[in-house]
Amino acid sequence: MSEPIISARLSKNFRRNIMERFIEFSLLCSAAFAVFITSAIVYVLVSEAIPFFQHVSIYEFLTDTVWTPNYSIKHYGILPLVSGTLTTTFIALIVAVPLGTITAIYLSEFATHKVRETIKPILELLVGVPTVVFGYFALMLVTPMLQKIYPDLTTFNMLGPGIVMGVMIVPYIASLAEDSMRAVPMAMREGAYAMGATRFQTSIRVITPAAISGIVAAYILAISRAVGETMIVAIAAGQQPNFTFNPVESAATITSYIVSVALGDLEHGGIGYQSIFAAGLTLLVMTLLLNILGHMTRKKFAERY
Amino acid sequence: MALNKKKLSALNDLQTIREMIKRHKKNDLAFAALGMFVIASLTITLIVLFLDLVLDGYPKFTLDFFGNFPSRRAARAGILSAWVGSSLVLIVTFFVAVPLGIAAGVYLEEYSKKNWFADIIEINVSNLAGVPSIIYGLLALGLFVYSFGLGQSILTAGLTLALLMLPIVIVSTREAIRAIPVHIREAAYAVGATKWQVVINHIVQYSYGGILTGVIIGMARAIGETAPLITIGALTFIAFLPPSPVTIEPPFLNLEWLNAGFTVLPIQMFNWISRPQHAFHINAAATGAVIIILTALMNGAAIKLRYNIRKKIKW
Repeated sequence: MSEPIISARLSKNFRRNIMERFIEFSLLCSAAFAVFITSAIVYVLVSEAIPFFQHVSIYEFLTDTVWTPNYSIKHYGILPLVSGTLTTTFIALIVAVPLGTITAIYLSEFATHKVRETIKPILELLVGVPTVVFGYFALMLVTPMLQKIYPDLTTFNMLGPGIVMGVMIVPYIASLAEDSMRAVPMAMREGAYAMGATRFQTSIRVITPAAISGIVAAYILAISRAVGETMIVAIAAGQQPNFTFNPVESAATITSYIVSVALGDLEHGGIGYQSIFAAGLTLLVMTLLLNILGHMTRKKFAERY
Repeated sequence: MALNKKKLSALNDLQTIREMIKRHKKNDLAFAALGMFVIASLTITLIVLFLDLVLDGYPKFTLDFFGNFPSRRAARAGILSAWVGSSLVLIVTFFVAVPLGIAAGVYLEEYSKKNWFADIIEINVSNLAGVPSIIYGLLALGLFVYSFGLGQSILTAGLTLALLMLPIVIVSTREAIRAIPVHIREAAYAVGATKWQVVINHIVQYSYGGILTGVIIGMARAIGETAPLITIGALTFIAFLPPSPVTIEPPFLNLEWLNAGFTVLPIQMFNWISRPQHAFHINAAATGAVIIILTALMNGAAIKLRYNIRKKIKW
């Protein structure tokens, strides 16, 4: 917006100008607070993780397959936590990607306006369910149900929480993917219909390829959600670090390790205390890379249309 | 003869085409059915989740449950300290996140010029929304609890949740402001208003509903947020109430509650889930029902509000 032209009498009003400057400055400070938070996150995680890495070599941290910082024989390999995180995330994706994509295509291409207006609030309510409630759901309802199908399943396993996490991220995928599908210009749909294509053919062969980078971005951002999800896995996956990709076993994720340490007595400055910051730093790097990748893919999509 | 053959093949073609159309229409229908099925199963999941909590926790919906402290005996345990703690923490969160978030949103939409600094702020805001909540817990542990020496207090918890809520408020403020057409601003400037007068008397007033929607959604998220509060080391067994914020004697306001230890509803629920005895799981379910009813009501209100705004306001 262009700067307004102010009358001489008002523009020479000193008090008025000072007030305006002061207000603008305080608003600027509020906005800059976001930058402060980001820097604080990086600073805190790095400064607490540095002493940890002086104690443990980065090589050991990244290659050792045992993680027991709170036992007498200490091992500091992040891999068991990463394997737990990846396994639960993978299960969540198997559930969420098909369900989310189908929902998105349905909402964007098939549903009438009225149906869409009814379904979107339901998805929003699903997003609003607190994760601790989802955790209860995974432990008390989903795992017992799975045990009926597969009796050997232990009470704590990665399958149940993985599935529930999948249900949790369906709305994210659905709404992000739907946004990008609806952004595809109407002319492309009309072109397809004019050639005699049905709705299904148009959705699959025209709209989905056109919106593919937006859809992929939705998947990537959903992965980032799943990787950072804490309470579901902390409640239902067990909190024992376990280097395995087997979904029926129990395991700790990066996030549930942080929770399990925080639940015990934290000795400020101790190696256990530092280890959660090292784990947190790993998590931050993982989600940051995913988010950047997601935003880049999305931007590429936005530039196309 | 030749004509007949042509006619026949055309007829054949027509038939195959019709069959093809039929087949593809069937695909259309099949996909629509599939979509409905997926959405129905998501809805059913939501309902089952809700019913499961309510039915499991049903025996605990008594006044005692809301008026008792947690206890080692499941039957006597209640959520008094948890709901008081949740309310106090949310008060702090509200008073920190809302002014800061609106101010930041207003700055980014109305004041900031397109330069590198605005870009940096913008990238930061969208990035903060994607940071896992537990990372905020680690930030609060390192910064608020130890560097600032605030301890595991209500103030720390409120600030932590405020950081989580901030991006939501900023984004909703910006969206609401963006919907206000430029001629509103021009009219105000034309009668000699300063930028700040335009913002406070017009922009904020007209975007009020949209901002409120974001605030409600943010608060609903803050109620259910567990991981960051566990990370700052929030105690789970609290059998006392923080000092009352309001006193009978002047100055009527007491700020000691900010430094008190606390527990909140989701942490109390997590604590009860983690116990092996089934009796505690009933308590957990009842607490979960309270949380999910609260968040569902708030989210519902926000959705309704947004719907009304979209319907009513036509510039």
